[in-house]
Amino acid sequence: MSAVGHELTHDHAHDHHHKETFITKYIFSQDHKMIAKQFLITGIIMGIIGIAMSLLFRIQIAWPEESFKVFSWLLGDDFAPGGVMRNDIYLALVTIHGTIMVFFVLTAGLSGTFSNLLIPLQIGARDMASGFMNMLSFWIFFLACIVMLSSLFVESGPASAGWTIYPPLSAVPEAIPGSGTGMTLWLVAMALFIAQSLMGSLNYVVTVLNLRTKGMTMTRLPLTIWALWVTAIIGIVSFPVLLSAALLLIMDRSFGTSFFLSDIYLAGEVLHYQGGSPVLFEHLFWFLGHPEVYIVILPAMGITSEVISANARKPIFGYRAMITSILAIAFLSTIVWGHHMFVSGMNPFLGSVFTFTTLLIAIPSAVKAFNYITTLWKGNLQLNPSMLFCIGFVSTFITGGLTGIILGDSTLDINVHDTYFVVAHFHLVMGISALYGMFAGIYHWFPKMYGRMMNKNLGYIHFWVTAVCAYGVFFPMHFIGMAGLPRRYYTNSAFPMFDDMVDVNIIITMFALIGAAFQLVFLFNFFYSIFYGKKASQNPWKSTTLEWTTPVEHIHGNWPGAIPEVHRWPYDYSKPGYEDDFVPQTVPLKDGEKDGGHH
Amino acid sequence: MTSLLILVIVALLGIAVWQLTKIFDLTQNKRQLGEEFKSEVATDKDNNINGYLMFGFLAFIYILTIYSCLKWGYMPLLSNAASEHGKDVDQLMWISLVVIFFVQFLTQFLLHYFTFKYRGEKDRKATFFADNDKLEFIWTIIPVIVLAGLILYGLYAWNNIMHYDEEEEVMYVEVYAKQFGWDIRYSGDDNVLGKANVRFIEGVNAVGVDMSDPNAQDDVLAKELHLPVGKKVVFKIRSQDVLHSAYFPHFRAQMNAVPGMVTQFAMVPTVTTAEMRDREEIVDKVNKINHVRNKRSKELVAKGEAGLEPYVFDYILLCNKICGRSHYNMQAKIVVESPSEFRKWLSQQPKLGKQVAEEKAAAAAPKVEAQPTAAPEKAEATEIVVDTTAVVAQVIK
Repeated sequence: MSAVGHELTHDHAHDHHHKETFITKYIFSQDHKMIAKQFLITGIIMGIIGIAMSLLFRIQIAWPEESFKVFSWLLGDDFAPGGVMRNDIYLALVTIHGTIMVFFVLTAGLSGTFSNLLIPLQIGARDMASGFMNMLSFWIFFLACIVMLSSLFVESGPASAGWTIYPPLSAVPEAIPGSGTGMTLWLVAMALFIAQSLMGSLNYVVTVLNLRTKGMTMTRLPLTIWALWVTAIIGIVSFPVLLSAALLLIMDRSFGTSFFLSDIYLAGEVLHYQGGSPVLFEHLFWFLGHPEVYIVILPAMGITSEVISANARKPIFGYRAMITSILAIAFLSTIVWGHHMFVSGMNPFLGSVFTFTTLLIAIPSAVKAFNYITTLWKGNLQLNPSMLFCIGFVSTFITGGLTGIILGDSTLDINVHDTYFVVAHFHLVMGISALYGMFAGIYHWFPKMYGRMMNKNLGYIHFWVTAVCAYGVFFPMHFIGMAGLPRRYYTNSAFPMFDDMVDVNIIITMFALIGAAFQLVFLFNFFYSIFYGKKASQNPWKSTTLEWTTPVEHIHGNWPGAIPEVHRWPYDYSKPGYEDDFVPQTVPLKDGEKDGGHH
Repeated sequence: MTSLLILVIVALLGIAVWQLTKIFDLTQNKRQLGEEFKSEVATDKDNNINGYLMFGFLAFIYILTIYSCLKWGYMPLLSNAASEHGKDVDQLMWISLVVIFFVQFLTQFLLHYFTFKYRGEKDRKATFFADNDKLEFIWTIIPVIVLAGLILYGLYAWNNIMHYDEEEEVMYVEVYAKQFGWDIRYSGDDNVLGKANVRFIEGVNAVGVDMSDPNAQDDVLAKELHLPVGKKVVFKIRSQDVLHSAYFPHFRAQMNAVPGMVTQFAMVPTVTTAEMRDREEIVDKVNKINHVRNKRSKELVAKGEAGLEPYVFDYILLCNKICGRSHYNMQAKIVVESPSEFRKWLSQQPKLGKQVAEEKAAAAAPKVEAQPTAAPEKAEATEIVVDTTAVVAQVIK
């Protein structure tokens, strides 16, 4: 990292800090820009691990009876004797893949990176409200990563009860080997993760509320900030509930309580648990679990709003409607968790309520999708890689979101619940979409992070192969799901009724392998460009927002002089009466000029 | 297979690296100082190429959709519901699918077409169009109306499915889940399932029936789920260890099995196994499956392994909630038959009371005195099975 070469400019006025050492600058840094980069790179590394795991279990499910050297190499002879993956290790890979991708990549990697990078820069603040807590947040996250990864090396195997860790499977080691030490480490890692997430979120909320520069009213905030801010609030509301669920589960596992367990007969004996209910755990888990998907998707939406507008050279359509839908989604997201539990045995009346609230979410989501499309209309689209990923985002968000109408409807959910239909749905609508949002953000703000440009042609190759492969992987999954194929099966060969689906699984796996291989193009581009990319200018995309008024070389405190004052909303692209096709937020309004898009 | 896989990956990587070097050669030309970043910003040429590619991508999505529908979309499972309520589910599913495909077709077209149509040109300026209340009202109200319809239909169907009339003549059957199999318990002539708790599990009494309950004596345990056609059956679902899910895809029925709790699902099977086997679509599907199995079988035989049995259609009960190592193979056969066949089959099954008595008798004689007193004591202490769903159903009424 030392070769990144962001030397401090010697002559800037705000150099009142001590001279930074390597340690304070690159490791225990309290500078939000450095912390953003730390989150990003840790997130990328976790992403590589998470995606590699998915390839392993995709290979297994496509060719279930084969032995693969790659299994012996990567999993070892214990987990894959003779190159054949053990059935509980299959479940472990599925579990850890889900956990890593949802929490470590798409929550910390996405929100952590862009909240840290953009909040101070786009609202005009010198840093986060608490730089120290911010630093702590990253290092606890780092620790959580280490603990989670260390669980892979436990003899009995990592947690294998699915990323939703429903007890009793996750609570009783007799039920599955992964519920021994592996599960303990999983819970510890998640407790750390939640702690860091809360520290980060509190910081983001406070910073947005208190540290906006002069003139930066809430209705002049870029939509990225709105999205990241609301995301942080959802996190504060829902993550503590998961923490309590995890704590109660730890009690059940280690101290003999029965919060979630009752009447269990395993391995020839009756266990002592009595009076608890696994359904309670499901409620607690999904009280976080569902808002979590919005924690993942809202930052991607924020990034998309910003990048689409800047590249369409056109204001985002319906700025106020976008804010309203973010708020509506945030509110609704906390009262829909029961749609994961239609067939859990809970009161069927609750099922009706959750069907109603769930389908309501389609309305703000539809408004957002239509507004994105209208933003493109009569634009002057600069099809940079970041822009392509945003269009890809809208496309997969629609494709994946529409099937939510089926899954959110309790009647229809009966028959597709927990099948591959669900896998297809959530991978498209939150997995791939959020990943696209993250890629868009990286391509767009790379010059801000590293002062250099990423190679655009590699970006194009990366996008097009990824776009085709993402559809190739997840689109056919809808059909095997509608045919009744359950997810999390080690092999489908135990049911001859699915034998005509064998070829689908092979096609899916081939697309997954190709798509993953081309992520190497991105990795190369990313790391190569950090050191050797073309030097960026101050505002390479000709954007209006404040982050592009800071110098290319990072300085602590962001602006060498006074913090600029804001005079207008962030989407004055191609505004009539101006020669340039963008008017930065710092340019004062002309006499009689109206601010904002709503007249 | 492994080597093929590796070859494919190596080839792809090779292509990627070759592309990389090409691109770097092309971009090595030094530009003016401070302007070099411009080579990484989209030019008109890039906009053009990617605009056309976007249009191509739209075609890709359409072709993929059509191909998938033709290749895998022919799903007897979507039109051959074997239960009464299944028809409602299927109808709602079709309506939803039509809505989805229509919206998908339209919005993807607009998205990709606009990207193509308005791809950037150097001297053009975008239209400053930031807001339009009327438009936004329209695309808020249309989803509201469509969703209102779907919600109402869905809720109506859901209530019909989840609540059954207590007065109605129904048959109670217990579906009992454990790692990794299913036990079925019939309530016998009295149509009342004997009380049960895992603490009573012993020997032949594999599902923990309380044998001191008079209603339990005529209960029948089985490994296959037999159902008489046209009769409403209420499944009482239990689990002895972890969460499972009783999934009856052909009947559009599913309910989790939760340890410590009895869940339920009611349905009327309407098509017997024999009738379903004769349906044209099912015959087609079975042939297709057997075609695949034959091919695979030949490969196996060539390797010196045993071939595969040909597939015969059967209704099947699957586990659909991750439950451990062998989750992927937790199944039971379901047989739907005429009422007389069903009665005949059931009468051939041994009664649990008799089985337990025989087992006891077979055990050593001196122990007989100690056993019967121990069990009822336990029963009083642990009788805590609560049927929450039934309670709820009553509350709603």
